[in-house]
Amino acid sequence: MLNTTELLAIPALPLIASLIVGLFGWALKEKLSHSITTGSVIISALLSVHIFIQVLGGASFYGNFWTWMLSDTFVVPVGMMIDQLTAIMMITVTIVSACVHIYTIGYMHGDPGYSRFFAYISGFTFSMLVLVMGNNFFTLFFGWEAVGLVSYLLIGFWFKRESANFAALKAFIVNRIGDFGFMVGILAIWYYFGTFDYREVFDQVPALVAQGETLHFLSWEMSAITFICLALFVGAMGKSGQVPLHVWLPDSMEGPTPISALIHAATMVTAGVFMVARCSPMFEYSETALAAVIIVGAVTAWMCATIGLVQNDIKRVIAYSTCSQLGYMFVACGVSAYSVGIFHLMTHAYFKALLFLAAGSVIHAVLAEQDIRKMGQLKKYMPITYITMLIAALALSGVPPFAGFWSKDLIIEAVAVRELGWIGDFAYFAVLSGVFMTAFYTFRMFFLTFHNSDRVPAKVKPHLHESPKVITIPLVLLAIGALFSGAWGVLGLDIANPNAAQNFFCSSMFVLPEHNPLILIAEEGHHAWYHFLFSAPFWLSLSGIGLAYAMYLRETDMPAKLAAAVKPVYTFLLNKWYWDELYAKTLMRPAQILGRWLWQQGDLAMIDKGMIHGGVVGSVLAGMQRMRAAQTGYVYHYAFAMIIGVFAALTYLVLKG
Amino acid sequence: MMELNNVLGFPILTWSIFLPTLGALFIWLFIRNESAVRWATLGVTVVTFLLTLLLWKYFDNSTAHMQFEEFHPWIEAFNVNYRLGIDGISMPFILLTSLLTVICIVSAWDCIKTRVKEYMLAFLILETTLIGVFASLDAILFYFFWEAMLIPMFLIIGVWGGKNRVYATIKFFLYTLGGSVLMLVALLAMYFKAGHTFDIQALMAYPFDFDWQFWIWIGFFVAFAVKVPMWPVHTWLPDAHTEAPTAGSVILAGILLKMGAYGFLRFSLPICPDASQYFVPFIVVLSLVAVVYISLVAMMQTDMKRLIAYSSIAHMGFVTLGTFMFTQQALEGAIFGMISHGFVAAALFLCVGVLYDRMHTREIGDYGGVANVMPVFAAVMLLFCMANVALPGASAFVAEIMVLAGTFSADQLYEMVISSKWVAVMAAISVVLSACYTLWMYKRVVMGDLVKDKVKAMPDMSMRELGFFAPLIVLVLWLGLYPLPVLDVIHVSVTHLIEQATTTKLHAAQALAQAEMLQHAVIH
Repeated sequence: MLNTTELLAIPALPLIASLIVGLFGWALKEKLSHSITTGSVIISALLSVHIFIQVLGGASFYGNFWTWMLSDTFVVPVGMMIDQLTAIMMITVTIVSACVHIYTIGYMHGDPGYSRFFAYISGFTFSMLVLVMGNNFFTLFFGWEAVGLVSYLLIGFWFKRESANFAALKAFIVNRIGDFGFMVGILAIWYYFGTFDYREVFDQVPALVAQGETLHFLSWEMSAITFICLALFVGAMGKSGQVPLHVWLPDSMEGPTPISALIHAATMVTAGVFMVARCSPMFEYSETALAAVIIVGAVTAWMCATIGLVQNDIKRVIAYSTCSQLGYMFVACGVSAYSVGIFHLMTHAYFKALLFLAAGSVIHAVLAEQDIRKMGQLKKYMPITYITMLIAALALSGVPPFAGFWSKDLIIEAVAVRELGWIGDFAYFAVLSGVFMTAFYTFRMFFLTFHNSDRVPAKVKPHLHESPKVITIPLVLLAIGALFSGAWGVLGLDIANPNAAQNFFCSSMFVLPEHNPLILIAEEGHHAWYHFLFSAPFWLSLSGIGLAYAMYLRETDMPAKLAAAVKPVYTFLLNKWYWDELYAKTLMRPAQILGRWLWQQGDLAMIDKGMIHGGVVGSVLAGMQRMRAAQTGYVYHYAFAMIIGVFAALTYLVLKG
Repeated sequence: MMELNNVLGFPILTWSIFLPTLGALFIWLFIRNESAVRWATLGVTVVTFLLTLLLWKYFDNSTAHMQFEEFHPWIEAFNVNYRLGIDGISMPFILLTSLLTVICIVSAWDCIKTRVKEYMLAFLILETTLIGVFASLDAILFYFFWEAMLIPMFLIIGVWGGKNRVYATIKFFLYTLGGSVLMLVALLAMYFKAGHTFDIQALMAYPFDFDWQFWIWIGFFVAFAVKVPMWPVHTWLPDAHTEAPTAGSVILAGILLKMGAYGFLRFSLPICPDASQYFVPFIVVLSLVAVVYISLVAMMQTDMKRLIAYSSIAHMGFVTLGTFMFTQQALEGAIFGMISHGFVAAALFLCVGVLYDRMHTREIGDYGGVANVMPVFAAVMLLFCMANVALPGASAFVAEIMVLAGTFSADQLYEMVISSKWVAVMAAISVVLSACYTLWMYKRVVMGDLVKDKVKAMPDMSMRELGFFAPLIVLVLWLGLYPLPVLDVIHVSVTHLIEQATTTKLHAAQALAQAEMLQHAVIH
């Protein structure tokens, strides 16, 4: 058993720090604000590592602390469950968060909302820890909503900017659509299992499946477990930016860059993947839900990669890449390779956070410019940023031996070995072509920023410089993760091992034996070190980088020519497949028109004019209007008259009866 | 003389009800100075609040029996009695009333500049009538307080209200009058049918047959639906809210709206269980209309108070839905929702009040970028907006999720045309819609750059303003994170109510009818 106090301290420290700085930040100096928050998160990170080491040794924790709600069978406890899945999420969250805290000291220096920002990110760390450490669906949902709230606050952090405010609102509402699904899922869980507790729910799943419980809606019938899984997955789609609920994630780049790294790349957006992995004992029993997960994941992975090809905003390229990579993680979960999905989540957290923070370092240097067309040749000014971003780019592209290679390769293998008919074929096509596109857009961005011609405006030139240490140190720390976390996962934690006893994740995720892709991969002898030389992803990723090299370093007039040659496609991609326009036309406008119509026609015209003014009441009102003197005194008389009248009527009726 | 269950041994309910009136009398007669009037009123309301806290302290959670009972014959000729008593359903509302009244007095401190004394007196009298409604166990006494509370309310809107106050007051008056008349008819009908009694508990026990239940239910429904208010008899509320002074809106949203739903719980469900079951689909439809239609309408409002008023109607849709699901969670959620809404809606109206005091406009378009000059206010309003959206951690979430859970599982109890699961799913759409209208308003009012000169000159909240928000902030978070103290109070009474509401009276009614026929036969 793990130490309860230690476990409670991990989320409590950032929470306390957040409250102190949030409530009294106005009185605190910058230095004190960041010391309190950063210090507490670093301690949390160290404690998490300590917990992780113990979990590695076989320790675990399961327990409830108090009762949140209680009404007969509706029991909502607050508790923790620490297993391998939780432990790996804890170290990922706290380490990335600690790096981002340190980075923020330099990045947000001098911002009027300095303390507020630290209060938010510490509060976020607390919420995310609650999300991953909870032992029931309600604790999960609490964390889920809390991270959503902090995300909303941070996207709209620079609340003077209209675009930031709009993006914040959009993020919140789109996430609420997902939450709607999540909430319905939770309700269904309680209905069928009578509890919210993970273990108790998961233990009952096989029995429920055996019962063959079904739900009907109009003429549509599905099994209870499918309904639950699909509803929960809607929540995951919202939080993890999956099509068609992905539209908020690129816009969330309006927030300051450190939170793009922490929230909108490394941690919060991966909550959906974590949730699906956590619920693997349910998803495993629903082929329909798994198919939905694969399709949504594959479509997102592919579509967002295509959009990423042409974007010019450095953060948006990375944001679309995040959507796309999250798609990969979902595909992994869909083919029952949950542990691989979580593995990619972890490696992605390091290299994507690094990519964002490095991009932030660049943005800092070029005075808040985010358009890569106005950068170029930054290599010579910012060597550390350059090197670390190169590491991150290679990791994202899946070049061995960088982190992304190990995890992405496993995902693709897992898709390849499972025989899932057209869904499997489609997913395989999506993830494979995605590798090529990922490598291309990553290095397009990279070359345009650091190489190519120097397009930096003259007035920005004098400001070009490498960022201070407080910014570059977190970059280096994360670069270590981007370099080694992949190899560590496969070689150290043995996460590709189909034998549960040796695999790090062992029993924390459940896979039906007939689904398990790891067994099939092992049979095909994936483990030989030279294996990658014979695998398609490796060559696709190299050719992606090669094409980017050719187009942006050699034949630099090619991109423009190509764009002109396939103009319709280019415009389509540049406008992000017109999702925003689609939603504006089909949802936002109609809802507003309907709302106004219901108000004007329903409330005012029909009920007020038709029923109230037009009827008996209307004549009274008209009479009152005529009596211009009808001021306050009259109302008073009326009121009294009514009481007296009522008593008179009462007396009369009673005497008569 | 019956045995009265009153652990305290002194008539605490009577004191709670009439202390404000006594205070009002004293202030009316002896206090001239405006400032002294304010302090005296505050004193009276605080003492009343402390007195009602005793109710909570000595309340026995383990029983559904009426507690702190009092009984005095009143109009003996008609068997009308002064009978008071509370159970777990009414007790929280009395505390809500006494607390919100204190907050109202503080919030009106400098904002009301004309006829200060009359204003304070109106609030004290209003408090008497409100607590009276929740404590009455005699239908006529109930009706007396029910009607009497309209007088101070009319005055508050009509004298201290906005430009269109006369229109709003008359609309409010006519709507409620229409409803009340039918309720009176229903009460009288029951009186004659049930053997000349207005005792609410006796009426609950009396076996009305289905036809009687049907018509009594409708009589009550009209009265209560207007008060809740339910679509389509809701249009008085936005007008009344917009024109009312801030404190008036607070009481209106915080307490008055709960009267209707309380009426359903006290009268419709236990007295007409079979009719209540019969009308479930009807209520479900109206509630869902409230959630969806009203939310869409709320979204398009340009007047902040009107928006929050519509939001209240939508939230009350949840309450009526939960009330008629007859499951433990749904009913507890509905009651908890009313208490929670009492704090959240009150706080939102107070937020608008804070802005109104500075700019004298309620139009959303006149604001923008308030966060730049009023950061503390921005944080406070955000908290209550998020509570209105029912984020976990806020009291509204507990209410919403319990109503939804109770609704989702209601089809284990009885068959409906459409499974109650899908009703819950449709109601859950409010998760999205409430975020749309609340946060869109927040964005337009609080966020954004400072472009309007008038906004630039706005000072941040004063200590007095923070003072009346503080208890609301604490309560919303406390009830959101640790709702058990309140749920415990409600629990047993709700269990009892469900038992009443799901036990048919038809068999007993039939037996009674047969017995009466037999009696007739014997006489003839």
